[in-house]
Amino acid sequence: MKIRIVIDQDIVTKPILAEAILETGVLLNIAQAHFDSAAGEIIVDIKDTEYSKIKNALVLRGAKVLKLDTPINWDEEECVECGACISVCPTKVFSMDIEWNLIVDNTKCIQCGTCIEMCPHDALSLMYESK
Amino acid sequence: MVSKSINEINERIKDGSVSVVTAEEMVGIVAELGAQGAAKEVDVVTTGTFGAMCSSGVFLNFGHSEPPIKMQRIWLNDVEAYTGVAAVDAYIGATQVSETLGMEYGGAHVIEDLIKGNAIEVHATSPGTDCYPRKVLDTTIDIDDLNQAIMLNPRNAYQRYNAATNSTSQKLYTYMGLLMPNFGNVTYSGAGVLSPLSNDPEYRTIGTGTRIFLGGAQGYIVGQGTQHSSTNGFGTLMIQGDLKEMDQEFINASTFTGYGTSLYVGMGIPIPVLDEKIAQATAVSDADIITKVLDYGVPSRDRPVVRQVTYEELRSGSIDIKGCEVVTSSLSSFKRSRQVAGILKDWIAHGEFFLSQPAERLPLDTISKPMKQTRGTPMVKNIMTKNVITIHKNASVYEAAKKIMDVSFTHLPVVTENNTLVGIVTAWDISKAVAQNTFDLVENIMTKKVVTAMDSEQVTLAARRLEQYRVSAMPVVDGQNHVIGIITSDDISMLFARRD
Repeated sequence: MKIRIVIDQDIVTKPILAEAILETGVLLNIAQAHFDSAAGEIIVDIKDTEYSKIKNALVLRGAKVLKLDTPINWDEEECVECGACISVCPTKVFSMDIEWNLIVDNTKCIQCGTCIEMCPHDALSLMYESK
Repeated sequence: MVSKSINEINERIKDGSVSVVTAEEMVGIVAELGAQGAAKEVDVVTTGTFGAMCSSGVFLNFGHSEPPIKMQRIWLNDVEAYTGVAAVDAYIGATQVSETLGMEYGGAHVIEDLIKGNAIEVHATSPGTDCYPRKVLDTTIDIDDLNQAIMLNPRNAYQRYNAATNSTSQKLYTYMGLLMPNFGNVTYSGAGVLSPLSNDPEYRTIGTGTRIFLGGAQGYIVGQGTQHSSTNGFGTLMIQGDLKEMDQEFINASTFTGYGTSLYVGMGIPIPVLDEKIAQATAVSDADIITKVLDYGVPSRDRPVVRQVTYEELRSGSIDIKGCEVVTSSLSSFKRSRQVAGILKDWIAHGEFFLSQPAERLPLDTISKPMKQTRGTPMVKNIMTKNVITIHKNASVYEAAKKIMDVSFTHLPVVTENNTLVGIVTAWDISKAVAQNTFDLVENIMTKKVVTAMDSEQVTLAARRLEQYRVSAMPVVDGQNHVIGIITSDDISMLFARRD
C-alpha cells in the first residue's frame, strides 16, 4: 500500500524517517519525495500489515501519516477521453490504448490531485481533498 | 483523369452505390492504389474533430412576454448573454462565466444544459419603453420553450493548432490546460489525419453552404471563420446548426482551471473526391501535418517557438525538447473525432446525408493581423525608480535597518561588489531578525528567491507578477542581473491614477 508522510517545517531537520525505520524495522520504498521551505512530503510503499507499526512510530515523532487507499475516481460518463490528464500525472496512472481509449490504472495513484486541476470535463475526483 | 461532380456523387448516395471512407482509411487507400486509383474507387472522404472551441455560442429567441419587454441585459443561470439584437433575441457565448459561480459554470454549460433539456433560469432587465413597457422579467425555460436555438460558432475547426509548453519554474493555467514547470509537459489540440481543413487545404470543396456534421446533427458552413489565416495554413470556419437537434455526446461543456469555460464541439466535413488532386489531399497523414510548440511561459502575443513538430510525433506520447523526453497530452479527443467521421460515413452510406456544392469557396489569401493599439503602453523603465538604494550582502542587519530609515524605502535589493542581485531585504525581514535576536549579516536574513522585472517589459506584465507573487516591489535588472532600478506597487497605482 501507499502512504503519504507529511513532515512540517519545525521537525523537518530531524531524522525522523530514519529513526522510525530503525525502531520498527519496517522497510519503506520511497516512491516520491518533495521538500521545500514550508514542509516535506514523502510517498512510500509499504506492506499492508506493517502500516500501523510505522504509522505509530512516525506520528509519535510529529509527522502526519495518510493512507492513500482511495485513489482517483474516474467518471466515465463525463470523460471524453481526450487524454489531457496523461501528461500531468507523476505516476503514469493514465494512458491510451491502441484504439485511443483512455486506460486508468489507479493502483499507481498517489492522490496528488494534479489531474483534477487538468481535467476539462470534471471527470476526475478524490473522495477527500488531502491538502 | 478522374472527374466527378457533386451531383453524380449525390446520385450514388441516393441509389446506395456510393463509396465512402474516413480520412484515416483514405491514407492507406491512396498509398495502395495511388491518387488516380483512389479517386476512381472513393467518392467521399469523411473527416471529424472533437475539441475545445472557445469561439462558439447559440442564438436564442424567447418569444414575447406579456406585457412585452425589450431585454437590455439578460442572464441565463446567472451567465450573461448578449441581447443587443432586438427585443427577445440573445446570444449566449461559451466562454462567458457565471456571475455567482465564476469559472465553474459558464455559457458552455448553459448550452449543454439546454441540449440535455434541463430548466434554465432567465433573468432580464430593461429600461421600459412605450412599445415594450416591462422592466424586469424572471422565468424558467427549457430548450422546447424557445422558438429558435441556433448554434453559430464564429471560429471553429482550426486547420491545425500550435502545441504548448512552459519554460518557467511555475505551473501555468492556460486554455491549453495545465502546463507543468520546466518543460514538464506538452499539450496540443486537433485531429491530425482526420482534421477537416487539413484534408482539403486549398478549400476546393469547402465553403459557404457546405453541409457538415455539427454536434450530432446536420449543420452548415457559413463561411470563413474569424482569424481565418489561410496563407499560413491556419484556416478556420464559421459554422451553424440547430441546437435542438444536437446530441450532448458531441457538444460538451468544459472548464480549464484558471482560464475559464469552453465548449467541446464535434464537427466533421465530407469531402467529395472530385478528382485525383483531391484524393491526394485527403491522403494527408499525421506525419504530414506540421505545427509548432510554443512557450507559454512568455506572456506575449509572439510566444517563442520551442521547436517544430508533426502530429505524428505529438500523438506518439512524448517528444524531445532540449534533449529531454517530454510527455504530450491531447486536449481534443481522437476517439470522438473518429466517431464523428464514422457517423458521417454511415449517414452518407445509408443515404441520410447529401453533399452540397458551396456557393462560395473559403478565401485562400487571408492573414490574421495583430491588434492595432493606439494608446502607448507604458514600460517598466518609464515608471521605475532609477536611483535605487541597494545594500551589500556582507552588510550588517543594523546597517540595513539604518539605510531603510534614512531613505524611507522599505525594500533593499541585496547585491555583490559588482552590483549583481543576490537577494532582497525588507523592513519586515529586519523586524523578524531583531525579534529573533539575530543581528547577523544581511546575506543570512535576506530572501534569496527574488521576483524581478526587466526595464523593457510592459508595466501590465510587471503588475501581474506583483499580484501573483504577492510582493509590493521588484528590483529591475538588466540581462546580466545587475540592479538598475526598482518598481513598486505604488509606482503602478500612481500611473493608473494619473490616467484617470
